[in-house]
Amino acid sequence: MPSVAPSTSEKPLKTAIVGHVDHGKSTLVGRLLYETDSLEDGKYEKVKSTCEKRGVPFEWAFLLDALQAERNQNITIDTAQIWFETDLRPYTIIDAPGHKEFLKNMVTGAAQADAALLLIAADEGVQEQSRRHCYMLSMLGIDQVSVVVNKMDLVDYSEDRYDEIVEEYTEFLDEIGVETREFVPTSARDGDNVVDPPTENMPWWDGPTVLEELDRFDRPEELTERSLRFPIQDIYRFDNRRILAGRIESGELEVGQKLVFTPHQKTARVETIEAWNAPSPDSARVGESIGITLDEEIFVERGHVAADAEDQTPPAQTTKFRANLFWLGKEPLKAGEPYKLKLGPIAEECSVESIERIMDGANLEPIEEERDHINRYDVAEVVLETRRPISVDRYLDHPTVGRFVIVDEYDVAGGGIIDEPIETERQEESKLRRVTETERADRAGHEGAFVELHAADADRLAVMLERTLFDRGINAMYLDHVPKGIDQRQLANYLAKSGAVTIVPIEVDTDGVEIVLNGGERTAVNIETEEDIDSLVDSLLPHLRGEDVEARIQASV
Amino acid sequence: MIVQSEIERSTKHQGGETALETPDWRYSDRDDMPDYDHLDELEARSIFILREAFNQFENLGMLWSMGKDSSVLLWLARKAFFGHVPFPIIHVDTSYLIPQMIDFRDHYADKWDLDLVIGQNTSKIQDKDTYPDGDLSRVDCCKALKRDPMQQVIDEHGFEGIFAGIRRDEEGTRAKERYFSPRDKNFDWDYRDQPPEFWSQYKTDFEPGTHLRIHPLLHWTEINIWEYIDREQIPTLNLYFADEDGKRFRSLGCGPCTFPVDSEADTVPEIVKELKATRIAERSTRAQDQESEGAFEELRASGYM
Repeated sequence: MPSVAPSTSEKPLKTAIVGHVDHGKSTLVGRLLYETDSLEDGKYEKVKSTCEKRGVPFEWAFLLDALQAERNQNITIDTAQIWFETDLRPYTIIDAPGHKEFLKNMVTGAAQADAALLLIAADEGVQEQSRRHCYMLSMLGIDQVSVVVNKMDLVDYSEDRYDEIVEEYTEFLDEIGVETREFVPTSARDGDNVVDPPTENMPWWDGPTVLEELDRFDRPEELTERSLRFPIQDIYRFDNRRILAGRIESGELEVGQKLVFTPHQKTARVETIEAWNAPSPDSARVGESIGITLDEEIFVERGHVAADAEDQTPPAQTTKFRANLFWLGKEPLKAGEPYKLKLGPIAEECSVESIERIMDGANLEPIEEERDHINRYDVAEVVLETRRPISVDRYLDHPTVGRFVIVDEYDVAGGGIIDEPIETERQEESKLRRVTETERADRAGHEGAFVELHAADADRLAVMLERTLFDRGINAMYLDHVPKGIDQRQLANYLAKSGAVTIVPIEVDTDGVEIVLNGGERTAVNIETEEDIDSLVDSLLPHLRGEDVEARIQASV
Repeated sequence: MIVQSEIERSTKHQGGETALETPDWRYSDRDDMPDYDHLDELEARSIFILREAFNQFENLGMLWSMGKDSSVLLWLARKAFFGHVPFPIIHVDTSYLIPQMIDFRDHYADKWDLDLVIGQNTSKIQDKDTYPDGDLSRVDCCKALKRDPMQQVIDEHGFEGIFAGIRRDEEGTRAKERYFSPRDKNFDWDYRDQPPEFWSQYKTDFEPGTHLRIHPLLHWTEINIWEYIDREQIPTLNLYFADEDGKRFRSLGCGPCTFPVDSEADTVPEIVKELKATRIAERSTRAQDQESEGAFEELRASGYM
């Protein structure tokens, strides 16, 4: 390796360097290594003499591009990893390739990172991979991203040019809902603002150097606070013990804890946590690869997911879920065709049931035309269906189990994150299964809802609305006399989850009446007579009965 | 058989098997261990990979050179499978290894009840068609005595996949490796078109005839290896520790192509300390890498580990 072996045992912060081809990723990394004195003895001299022999200017990237093919073409083909340290802590730098053709290598590198620097060359500005890489980072779950505006020497260190790029890229980031921390101007080739501040060339810059920006990244959140997810990787029978092996993906597990396994909802208690060449521990936490025995021999196999039996939001058992995915396959992902889904240790046949939205990977603009397939490098919102029920968690709740890959023939060809499971069938009966909102709605014949009523005579209208809804078969309740210290809106929201339609009157000084449904947008309604209340209820009912309604409320006013 | 005679000779020379066990004083005191908590995550990931491969493939083998890395790998396998090693351990014997390494192998293969498979290119060795005894270059000698017999072992035993203890920080091309790394029918590594690996999902589906290298130690560094040896008190060849002449081996291979470095480190913590201060690459003591620009890359692309 070009850098000397990491000289510390502290855990390094893994930082990916991404961005469009030729925007200077490898050069920046070479510079960082050189300036922090992290190069192996003689390496700098060796690259210098190689460049002289070839009659080319000194090439920092040669320090990293280890493959002959990379040096010959002066491009990074595959991710490189190198080590260096600042006064604060050690780093693993993951130098990802910028060519579109090597996106799968970029994904491989970036997915391991805790944070990322995205490079944009000041002369070329925002390019295809500048956008794509940032979007991929957000899909890969890397939410700490800073931008480095590189090659400032090629634009005469112009502050105007820098501002222009910041503005253009910020607009794009807003569209895709990504926040970056900082835009750092540099010239990596000359070492301006990499490690030392750029006093001479960019007197206008008083922000951080690249190195200072790296030191500002936080360590990623540890998933100990989340509830337990323990997917079963394998089952061993060693020395007359039946050991369930796997890695804890979130939360903690302890001896004596009662577990529920999805699918099938069988329960059992943890009898032991097994160990070799060490005493058996009483508990284990997220990230550990462990093996446990149970107090009962229940049916469990690879792909079953253990959670705490008392978990208020256990994994869903379903065959359908909504997801966001990116596609890397040589062949398009075709709706309705069978593929293999791999979600943790789960492997199950799946197909795309419907494509909700496709975005062109090059500019992330929605594709208007209706398609039954997703092309290479595009991203899409889809509904996936598996052949048999599996354990499904939302990515937001459990990042490490709420994501999956799709295998086409023999290759991992795409990846995605789960928005939400879709309830498809009644789960097997168990007294431990929580009553869901869907079940409540099934029984009541309508969904719960939370209605805010803004009007000068809000109280009187609320009573009328409660009575009218109730007479039409809706379990409605006007929340008056809410005890002090209780937030009326929170309470209304909570009760709405129980299946009730809660009404909160809010007195205002203005004329006219506005309603807010489930915390959404304010909508003006015309209420002058008692008949107008009937029309309002007419417009609310389809929604409460599970039909799309926002358009109708709009139409009725 | 050359190997047998060397074993007999060296065992006598070493004065029996006790010399093969690493004495306690080489490790940190159990009651006064340095803080090695950062190793937990590395260990957990390696165990996850070992178990994943074991679940997905029927016929696996693990390479063991008796060096520090593959000895850590073997230790991790015993940890992953609760004291068992549920696959054969393969050693490719070039006949040029330092004799103590063979004694160490036989001692622990017996003690740990390993299913040991030994590969050797006996005809080349008998004909003395090698680097030290014949006209071969160092790189060609590696191909003849390491790569070829390894492929023969793989073919004979029908191994679908082989565990190897390589690490990213050893060398530039290894830095670009995957945990699950396919090789084609000719054992060639297509480093221009490697499978994506993310979210702990690895390539486990293959066209028939594909062969797999699995690298559970890819994310470890040389220092991590020694810290783990210290924490777990893993038996380690004496050759790694400084002798009376102030020399120790940092990387071990065949005698004619591996050279010791100057060192006073005769305990594991001292090796860790020495590595934290060094500015010299680990494989610079392996002569075959230095033959030409890209020599190691050429070796690796054609099936060398």
